[in-house]
Amino acid sequence: MSATIRINYREALRQGLREALLRDERVFLMGEDVGRYGGSYAVSKGLLEEFGEERIRDAPLSESAFVGAGIGAALNGMRPIVEVMTVNFSLLALDQIMNNAATLRHMSGGQLSVPVVIRMTTGAGRQLAAQHSHSLEGWYAHIPGLRIVTPATLEDARGMLFTALQDPDPVLIFEHASLLNVEGEIAAEPRAVDIDYAAVRREGTDITLITYGGSLLKAMEAAVKLAELGVSAEVIDLRTLRPLDDATIVASVSKTRHALIVDEGWKSGGLSAEIMARIVEQAFYELDAPPGRICGAEVPIPYAKHLEDAAIPQIDGIVAAARDLVK
Amino acid sequence: MNINRERALGYLREMIRVRRFEEKCAEAYSAGKIRGFLHLYIGEEAVACGVLPELSRDDAVLATYREHGHALLRGMPARSIMAEMYGKQEGCCRGHGGSMHLFDASLRFFGGNAIVAGGLPVAVGFGLADRMRRTTRITACFFGEGAVAEGEFHESANLASLWKLPVLFLCENNLYAMGTALDRSEADTDLCEKARSYRMTAASVDGMDVLAVAEAARAGIDYVRGGKGPYFLELKTYRFRAHSMFDPELYRSKAEVEEWKHRCPIEAFKLRAQKGGLIQDADIAAIEADTAREIEDALAFAEAGTLEPVENLTHDVYAREQRVAKAGAS
Repeated sequence: MSATIRINYREALRQGLREALLRDERVFLMGEDVGRYGGSYAVSKGLLEEFGEERIRDAPLSESAFVGAGIGAALNGMRPIVEVMTVNFSLLALDQIMNNAATLRHMSGGQLSVPVVIRMTTGAGRQLAAQHSHSLEGWYAHIPGLRIVTPATLEDARGMLFTALQDPDPVLIFEHASLLNVEGEIAAEPRAVDIDYAAVRREGTDITLITYGGSLLKAMEAAVKLAELGVSAEVIDLRTLRPLDDATIVASVSKTRHALIVDEGWKSGGLSAEIMARIVEQAFYELDAPPGRICGAEVPIPYAKHLEDAAIPQIDGIVAAARDLVK
Repeated sequence: MNINRERALGYLREMIRVRRFEEKCAEAYSAGKIRGFLHLYIGEEAVACGVLPELSRDDAVLATYREHGHALLRGMPARSIMAEMYGKQEGCCRGHGGSMHLFDASLRFFGGNAIVAGGLPVAVGFGLADRMRRTTRITACFFGEGAVAEGEFHESANLASLWKLPVLFLCENNLYAMGTALDRSEADTDLCEKARSYRMTAASVDGMDVLAVAEAARAGIDYVRGGKGPYFLELKTYRFRAHSMFDPELYRSKAEVEEWKHRCPIEAFKLRAQKGGLIQDADIAAIEADTAREIEDALAFAEAGTLEPVENLTHDVYAREQRVAKAGAS
């Protein structure tokens, strides 16, 4: 048996960063307060002392410039990791991400490669209100040319970064704020993880819960409660939102004949709508009931705890929706 | 004139090449051969012709959507550029980019950005990579004065200066951001002052005088390559043609345009070089004939070019089109 360690999500992210910095001297971390402050969510704490100011680079509050600089440095031979404090702030850099990072390969007829990794915190659950709490990864997943990954487990939090850095194209990593303190046991030795496939995190026969990121743990707990109610739920962790792993989704739904999507993002024009469309396109006749979804309420995320809780998917809501769906 | 005959011929040849090339582009546009947007550099040739020969092969060049001249001067074949504008797969970007998006990675020409100021943060990143790798390369970033109104200019100027990056900021001030005059968009029209406010060394030069441009570019390049940090050079120039082929030019007077045309960089240079005895009428005729041949050849090449098969439409969105094999999967 290989040795395991007890670790939380934040520490797993830090180990992933450290590993990447150790393995490739072209890698550097750049962003707001990644150095002296130790990262706004303390993910990069201690890295400045170990790797120095050149490679753990504090940037001014200029999202467009430092994300663009990451793109330029990637075009010019480096492997930058750019940290944007939260997904809401990334909108200030959306032009660079969309008009440069995502388009340059195709627009140049295949001449240019932009191997940049952009990490950001996403999601609600910390009472940070409507300018720090949204889940916009589904928006980013709309854009051809980007790869969108969402580590939901400790292994993925540690391993996805290094795989992303090997990718010749821009990869955006969305780290859910509510996961940062989640603890668990994982292999002591870092292992390579893929960023191509969805994972079946729990097997079941009656319904497939399709989710990712911050909602995975909720879906897993809902599956436990559903089991007590006699409903066997399979849980798919999408892991990569673009490109979506249709095959894993369709295989599972074809088995369970019921699908419930859990997504903290908004419904309208959202990722859940896309997944549902694909299920309907590819597995319509396998279904015993219309697919369902539990999503973020269509409001700016509010501050007050009870309202914030009501605005995003919760375990009881998932359980109730799943029960209704398989009835 | 403080240059020899060879250099005088070189400047004249390059300025005429850019001018004639674009005149043919306009014709091809009117004939429906080139579509989309077409932004001509006519009138501004001395800027690119003065700057680009001063850069080395290893340096990186970023430009805007008005970049046909920069691409030609960087060494991209007229054929490759014309075929791109014709939307043919023999074009530099296989017809994916068109007039506004010319690229040639082998020449380190990272060209054609059609978002005003969109190339500036990227140029800062090029400079950052060169600095981190301790190279002596620099990055030359062209942009119009309209970009100065964008936040990206200010963020990039600050970042480049804060980190002392080897970036040469080349502001082609042709007085109009599309149709909006500089004094109608900037509270302070002194662009160098804005750069200096970020503690960047800045200078301004007559962009209609190719020799003055070359000298100013040399000073900027030496400064940047010497590791002193970024440098801002304003090149005062004027666009003789409309912003794009769709522009009825309601925002400026014909008299103003005519006045600037009297300062045509090519005619002015010709006159000086002839007065100085460096160039004869026969030289000019020879340059015109060579240029005409080159452009006719480019047009014929573009005309004969082929279309990328539609089956390839989605190629090159990603480097790897397929998922990697699942670990442990049979």
